[in-house]
Amino acid sequence: MNPAVFDKILLTFFHELQNYFLLAGRAVMRAFHRPFYYREFAVQFDKLGFSSLFICILTGLFSGMVMALQSLIQLKPFAATSYVGGMVAVTMIKELGPVLASLMVAGRVGSAITAELGTMVVTEQVDAMRVEGTDIIKRLVVPRLKAMLLALPLLTVVTDAISILGGYIMSAGYSINPIMYISGLPQFMVFQDLIEGIVKPAVFGAIIAITGCYVGLNTKGGAEGVGAAAKQAVVLSSVMILISDFFIAKIFVVFRG
Amino acid sequence: MTTSDSIRMEKLCYSVGGRTILEDFDFHLERGVNRTILGVSGAGKTTILKLLLGLLEPDSGSVYIGDLCITGLPESRFMNQRKRIAIVFQGGALFDSMTVGENVGYRLFEEGCLSQNEISTIVSEKLSFVGVEAALDLYPAELSGGMKKRVAIARALAADPDYIFFDEPTTGLDPIGVYNICNLMLRLQAEGKTTLMVTHDLVTAFATSQRFTFLHQANMLFEGTEEEMKASSTPEVREFLQPTDRSLFI
Repeated sequence: MNPAVFDKILLTFFHELQNYFLLAGRAVMRAFHRPFYYREFAVQFDKLGFSSLFICILTGLFSGMVMALQSLIQLKPFAATSYVGGMVAVTMIKELGPVLASLMVAGRVGSAITAELGTMVVTEQVDAMRVEGTDIIKRLVVPRLKAMLLALPLLTVVTDAISILGGYIMSAGYSINPIMYISGLPQFMVFQDLIEGIVKPAVFGAIIAITGCYVGLNTKGGAEGVGAAAKQAVVLSSVMILISDFFIAKIFVVFRG
Repeated sequence: MTTSDSIRMEKLCYSVGGRTILEDFDFHLERGVNRTILGVSGAGKTTILKLLLGLLEPDSGSVYIGDLCITGLPESRFMNQRKRIAIVFQGGALFDSMTVGENVGYRLFEEGCLSQNEISTIVSEKLSFVGVEAALDLYPAELSGGMKKRVAIARALAADPDYIFFDEPTTGLDPIGVYNICNLMLRLQAEGKTTLMVTHDLVTAFATSQRFTFLHQANMLFEGTEEEMKASSTPEVREFLQPTDRSLFI
């Protein structure tokens, strides 16, 4: 590759990265300053969070069932099927619950945020707001960030709970004693795992909100630009979720000692 | 006339993706002198409005609102100066998720200085001024193109600005719609508002402005009155005005 082209790509990448973190930093700083736009927050919480509940329930139910099914098959030859509840719980709460719920929400909500803000940009509504004296980060980004910070951990808790229920249903189908399944739930877990299961979706929620807003507010062109931006936001936030999942897990492993 | 009664740009350069939009551009909008910027599509007319409002950052040069140079300043530092200006965007740029009433009262709600009743009174007054008071509870998607523009004018008026910018206000409207918008602009001028319009619609331009600026390939090719423009010997200006000269049609 021509070094000049490589330089340009690198420069663009770091410029975008800088602007991304600048937007994230500004949103965090402004989250504590008036006006707080409570109504907008409530609307976004409903639109981004509550309306994603059904998809998270479905995700949790079937991933819990498949986890239990695979575990039962693996554990049966060793007569260790009593561990299935613990395996489902630890896998879902620490890892799969946060990641799967976040990926589902990223697909649904990340694209919605980007499409909404992108449309506002291309129809000059964002410019109109700025002229009217509105701080667009406070008005458009902060309520979405707060909504996602609150909604995704809650959705993940629901996903985790439903997945454990799904595992229970599957285990019952394989004649596993329900008491054994339930009493086995905490056997592989420590309190720190529960913290990890809440911290991860909070970080992923922030990633989805900031990425959706960043890509949306930088949308160019018309309808085609909005479509491309929505696609870009979903891909970007999904990749960032998977990468940050590794680093958060690593940090927790280090702290565990 | 002092500089505090004007908006201006000095030696301004602006480019997008390597394409020069404006080069060493000087522009002066004095209070009380209604002006139109003319030019073909893509000449950079709307860009001038956005630069004057501080919505775009120039590559070099300065933009002044009154005595304050806004170039390079964060928005929060020139918000008060910018409140003297309102803009009617080409498509209206009404907020989709809000009713007409909420759109018109948006700035007043945001400022939070007035009570709900006071805001409602102002909103009704402004909607009545532009003749769409019946649309108070409708959403922008339920309005026609002409109504959207009139609501956008009402929103621009809500904060009682000194200057109102119009971006292609008559594009896409039928002759009656064009007539209504021109009339509204003249009524605003009679009330002491200074208007700056960008358009390629000569009829609207000559009906509502005293001075004209003609843009061509990143430069200002002409500045003057209607008579001076019609008498201009600049080929690009003549070419732009030609379609209005019916004698040229065979």
